[in-house]
Amino acid sequence: MTKKSETGSTKSETKSKSEIRNWAPINEIANDVRAGKITALSNVEKSIGLIEKHSEFDAIISVLDEPAKKRAKQIDARVNNGEKAGRLAGVPFIAKDNFLVFGGETTAASNILKGFEAPYQATVINKLEAEGAICIAKANLDAFAHGSSTENSDFFVTKNPIDKTRVPGGSSGGSAAATALSLAPFSLGTDTGGSIRQPASFCNVVGFKPTYGLVSRSGVVAMASSLDVIGPITKSTEDAALIMDVIAGKDKLDMTMIDRDILAYTKFNNNLTGVKIGVEKEYMDEKVDKEVKQIISVAIEKLKNAGALVAEVSLPSSKLGLPAYYIISLAELSSNLSRYDGQRFGYSYPDAKNLDESYMLSRDIGFGDEAKRRIMIGTYVLSSGYYDAYYKKAQIVRTKIINESREAFSKFDFLIGPTTPTAAFKIGEKSQDPLQMYLSDLLTVSANLDGGPAISIPAGFAGSLPVGLHIMAPQGEDRKLLGIANGFEELSK
Amino acid sequence: MAKITREDVLKLARLSHIKLREDEIDKFVGELDAIVKYVEQIDLADVEGLEPTDQVTGLKNVMRPDEIIDYGETPEELLKNAPARENNHIQVKRVL
Repeated sequence: MTKKSETGSTKSETKSKSEIRNWAPINEIANDVRAGKITALSNVEKSIGLIEKHSEFDAIISVLDEPAKKRAKQIDARVNNGEKAGRLAGVPFIAKDNFLVFGGETTAASNILKGFEAPYQATVINKLEAEGAICIAKANLDAFAHGSSTENSDFFVTKNPIDKTRVPGGSSGGSAAATALSLAPFSLGTDTGGSIRQPASFCNVVGFKPTYGLVSRSGVVAMASSLDVIGPITKSTEDAALIMDVIAGKDKLDMTMIDRDILAYTKFNNNLTGVKIGVEKEYMDEKVDKEVKQIISVAIEKLKNAGALVAEVSLPSSKLGLPAYYIISLAELSSNLSRYDGQRFGYSYPDAKNLDESYMLSRDIGFGDEAKRRIMIGTYVLSSGYYDAYYKKAQIVRTKIINESREAFSKFDFLIGPTTPTAAFKIGEKSQDPLQMYLSDLLTVSANLDGGPAISIPAGFAGSLPVGLHIMAPQGEDRKLLGIANGFEELSK
Repeated sequence: MAKITREDVLKLARLSHIKLREDEIDKFVGELDAIVKYVEQIDLADVEGLEPTDQVTGLKNVMRPDEIIDYGETPEELLKNAPARENNHIQVKRVL
């Protein structure tokens, strides 16, 4: 599915493309396991081998070697006994390390959760396991999903598989790099302001952010609760649809969920004829890199030639999306992160003289700089005297943004633009300037604010670096979105 | 609007239960100020007559039966991550 580079390929790029053949499409892998053509154990061993082979990219925090092999043997035994092995029989996957998974640590790439062993497992992991999938490893992230480059990981920085001197994006940077390197057929990420789509764009893979409330968040480390969603990072839209079909649906452990579609997410329509697409004017302006715009313009032409009706649309308040997003998300996460207090679990300062000092020092040592910045700003915008001017005003701006996007969706089926203003940036380029880092979420946050589904799919290369096409749809139109994304993917083949 | 001062950072750190080291404080003053100045642009928005959005699902008062669900957890599993324990209790510094 990867489009050939139009401007010549670098050595590493060629390498990453050849890796694409490491795994068949997910439904084929599961078919082969069910048919006894390949074993779940051989898939797990292959995945572990690839993780070792590509360790220089630092995509992975921990490998669940023994538990994964044990599960693989159970699945192979089921196949041998003629029992049901599941839609994802023997398919290995990698979870971002903010998903609670049995058999190893869940750290959220933070020092304060280092050593934490989950007493229960995330619902999505249970759902994937129930269909025969096997969690093989935990991927690196910006600690607590705070960031856009994985440079905020308290442990190490993940390198972009296409260019090792660049970031893979974030916060699901380890997951996106893992899928790009084919360490496993798919990975899971979380997306609060673009954390699935931006790294997918930087790493040339498919990143899907479902409608808010479609996938259970039980057992996933919370960042900003009115924005957080879980989604797959895959090599293709078909793989994304299959994983969505397994993980979507209500869960009694998450009370913020909506009903899923009864029809399978894999049963999408990829016909582009007559589809109404709005190109967001504000997303193609001077803030976006010229080369990125060029790739998106080519993508738009392709969609038009395939019969889509494309027109420009203006969402004048979208420029307020990013500041509103940062106020809301930082307020919510400052509250969510109060549970890391050094008392019940996680790092605890050993020599505290009293309870207050135990809180203060555990949090000072346990949290990295970005978590501290975010907690303090979140506290600021919620504090008495500032609440109305910042937090409440941001929530009202959110309403305004939602209204504008609803109006746009009354005229268009989808809204498109680039996923990110630039291609992958250099490691270290923005890490000293937190505000510059925040600006990389410019084009992705509106889908979190309005709750609708959005996807980033590979659209081409700016020089040697991949560029993602961002497509948004109204809330609940996840299947339709997967359909148009698949239609575009077919055009790029 | 407000410029973030050293006193603000110290107050925010105290409210957030984070004891900042001396070398961290000045760095955070500048960084927090830049971020707060950036987000202040929402001030310009005309929001006459609009209500705040807390969440996007439209759900209200999601109820469930108040029942015990047995997930098979043992006290040992639930307490294994506690930094300090006494039998089946989490041990903390004295509160009073």
